[in-house]
Amino acid sequence: VCIHRVRSCSSIRFIKSKYVCVFDKSAFKFSHQQRLFRTSPVSCGQIVQFKLSDIGEGITEVTVKEWYVKEGDSVSQFDSICEVQSDKASVTITSRYDGVIRKLHYSIDDIAFVGKPLVDIEIDASKGVAPEEDVVETPPMSHEEHTHQEIKGHKTLATPAVRRLAMENNIKLSEVVGTGKDNRILKEDILNYLAKQTGAILPPSPRGEMVPPLRRTEAVPAAKDKARKVPAPLSRPIAFSGKDRTEPVTGFQKAMVKTMSAALKIPHFGYCDEIDLTQLVQLREELKPIAEIRGVKLSFMPFFIKAASLGLLQYPILNASLDENCQNVTYKASHNIGVAMDTEQGLIVPNVKNVQVCSVFEIAVELNRLQSLGSAGQLGTSDLTGGTFTLSNIGTIGGTYAKPVILPPEVAIGALGKIQVLPRFNGRGEVFKAQIMNVSWSADHRIIDGATMARFSNLWKSYLENPASMLLDLK
Amino acid sequence: MVLQSFKNCLWLSCVLRTPKACFWSAASGDLIIQSVSNDIYQNLAVEDWIHDHMDLEKQQILFLWRNSPAVVIGRHQNPWQECNLRLLRQKNIKLARRRSGGGTVYHDLGNVNLTFFTTRKKYERMGNLELVVKALKALRPQLDVRVTDRYDILLDGQYKISGTAAKLGRTSAYHHCTLLCNADKFVLSSVLKSPYKGLKSNATPSVPASVKNLFEEDASLTSEMVLDAIAKEYAVQHQINHHITLINPADETLLPGISSKTKELETWEWVYGKTPKFSISTCLNIAYKDSVLDVKVNMDVKHGRIEVCNIELPEHWLPPGLHSELVKSLTGSKFCPNETTTLVTTLLRVCPQDDELHSRWSLLCENMIRLM
Repeated sequence: VCIHRVRSCSSIRFIKSKYVCVFDKSAFKFSHQQRLFRTSPVSCGQIVQFKLSDIGEGITEVTVKEWYVKEGDSVSQFDSICEVQSDKASVTITSRYDGVIRKLHYSIDDIAFVGKPLVDIEIDASKGVAPEEDVVETPPMSHEEHTHQEIKGHKTLATPAVRRLAMENNIKLSEVVGTGKDNRILKEDILNYLAKQTGAILPPSPRGEMVPPLRRTEAVPAAKDKARKVPAPLSRPIAFSGKDRTEPVTGFQKAMVKTMSAALKIPHFGYCDEIDLTQLVQLREELKPIAEIRGVKLSFMPFFIKAASLGLLQYPILNASLDENCQNVTYKASHNIGVAMDTEQGLIVPNVKNVQVCSVFEIAVELNRLQSLGSAGQLGTSDLTGGTFTLSNIGTIGGTYAKPVILPPEVAIGALGKIQVLPRFNGRGEVFKAQIMNVSWSADHRIIDGATMARFSNLWKSYLENPASMLLDLK
Repeated sequence: MVLQSFKNCLWLSCVLRTPKACFWSAASGDLIIQSVSNDIYQNLAVEDWIHDHMDLEKQQILFLWRNSPAVVIGRHQNPWQECNLRLLRQKNIKLARRRSGGGTVYHDLGNVNLTFFTTRKKYERMGNLELVVKALKALRPQLDVRVTDRYDILLDGQYKISGTAAKLGRTSAYHHCTLLCNADKFVLSSVLKSPYKGLKSNATPSVPASVKNLFEEDASLTSEMVLDAIAKEYAVQHQINHHITLINPADETLLPGISSKTKELETWEWVYGKTPKFSISTCLNIAYKDSVLDVKVNMDVKHGRIEVCNIELPEHWLPPGLHSELVKSLTGSKFCPNETTTLVTTLLRVCPQDDELHSRWSLLCENMIRLM
């Protein structure tokens, strides 16, 4: 229920719905349950010219560098209005009033003068007076509801009672550390802040005590709880003041949207299998110290990458590219195997060039280089282009089977699950501990058939299950 | 009272371990504190915290801190205009934006930082700097140091050894300054030289100056001696014990809310996104095969993102669809080499697979990235 007020004052202002919302903001937000009665007479908001106060050191003019508010925004006392600069000093100007910004007297980079008006603020006459005059009829759960204001990102969560306490003590809410949920400011936080100002020694309040909302601390003592029956079920709506947040899709994300949309035009088929890495695990343990002495971290990826390259030598169609019109297939000579990397920005895929002529150790060196550049956000264009085949080791994060999406202009991709220790039967029918990893391949069904993918996968699998066999085919 | 009797004590290692919760309130009289951290963001966050949470009516504070290599720009400055960002990335030197005004400085462990916290009414920079000069002269009377009216401290009448900046809030204020004791001048001069051309901006420009290290005048000096001398002089003038309390900027119980302040200072949105609007107007001279191409680039960057992008290429050097795709993708994107690299390489996946085309695209994009 919103209350529209008719203004009959001399200033030529008609009611805009926005205007009314400002004063009845709390009513608007929780309009189902709350009605606001004003006992003071309705009058025009008074426009006050807020002048730029003295900066000190005899300074008479400053440059306006940033506005934190715009015309039409509502401000509370002590909210930041703008940032000005004078001779190496940056000054935050805060509002002296509650009200609505009606005019900004300067633009960015203008010179502002001390003692001259900075902004015009319309003060709500009824609000400017002591808040006790407002009679607020609220439902029982009003203490749970909270009002919040947002001015260019300065958001303070606090119940009306807490806000009143702050106001009475001349405390700026943004200076108080909120310890409640979502950094909500509780009564205890105000009291703590006050104690600091007056120098009183307070015992530290552990966070745990802060969590129950204000309301429950006023509840009846435990003894009486026994006499109570089953607590009444929730009959009131749960107030949630979270807001949706919309951001534009830009930059790298936008490019990924394009790429993934193109990728899904490719008819994918999947092929999965299980690899017994028991022997490879042992081999790596033996080789790790040797690599360390040479200053390189040796993971499983260099082996997976080299084995894939050996497989591609036998099945080169998996290292090919189909042109836009599907007229020609280009068999790429270089095996530039991409390794999917998870970074702050998202999924990026640098590639190791010419794996077909690299040793496992050389691949490890290159991987180390790409990984450190990737985490520093310094990969170059050549590291990120020219890939012909991709492996994604999603298992380092978790998961077993996946359905990877082919990255155009490639025609195949493999996702590696995590290595699990599982019981398996050996040739003699005995159960033994096996190190099992799952692989999920996706391929472009326009030029790759299931049999080719299966044979490639089997070859790759045999190299990894019996690493000694790689020696036979290593170039 | 006091001070002479304490002359022997108090190197920085002497710490009074006060129970944390009572620390701020129990200490009466003005305070001298020193950070145990060399992380620029953590130390800037301490300044924010004191500015926001302490009642400086009761006690003024002197804060002493040093940082591992970092470039610190003023609140309203443009990092592209002020320093060599490529070099910073290569050398792993951090970039931070402080909340006070003023120009760009280079910090390393050979530079000492001092912050004087007072109420807004008692804000007075000249007095603070005179205190520093007095302390240095007491330590080494032959040092020729003096304060200028630009709030710099000069050595031998010509070399800048200290720069100043300040932040004023509603009730509190702080004035901080650097002091070059033993910094790496070579790195300093190379990182503070911007290679970026064609920038037009209203951001506060820095005023370059010749610098010198204090220790070049007197090699027997150490940072500890300098800090101690300044603390001593502050203690005399504020009539308190000459005692420096160490604080840990990662201590959330002592400084509740400090880690979120630190995090905010590290975000891209603060460091780069707060750059005042600027424009770039330049010509890329790209060597391609046997000729040199002239590519005119005009960009408007607001909040660190490319608001408007214009790239003038020789006709048909790139297929027009691709040219407009590049411009469209760059618009709204961060003015950042990493973001642009991943963007253009990802876009390449959906371009026609033509080696010639790919090499032209990569060449153009690499040159664009060099602008960032």
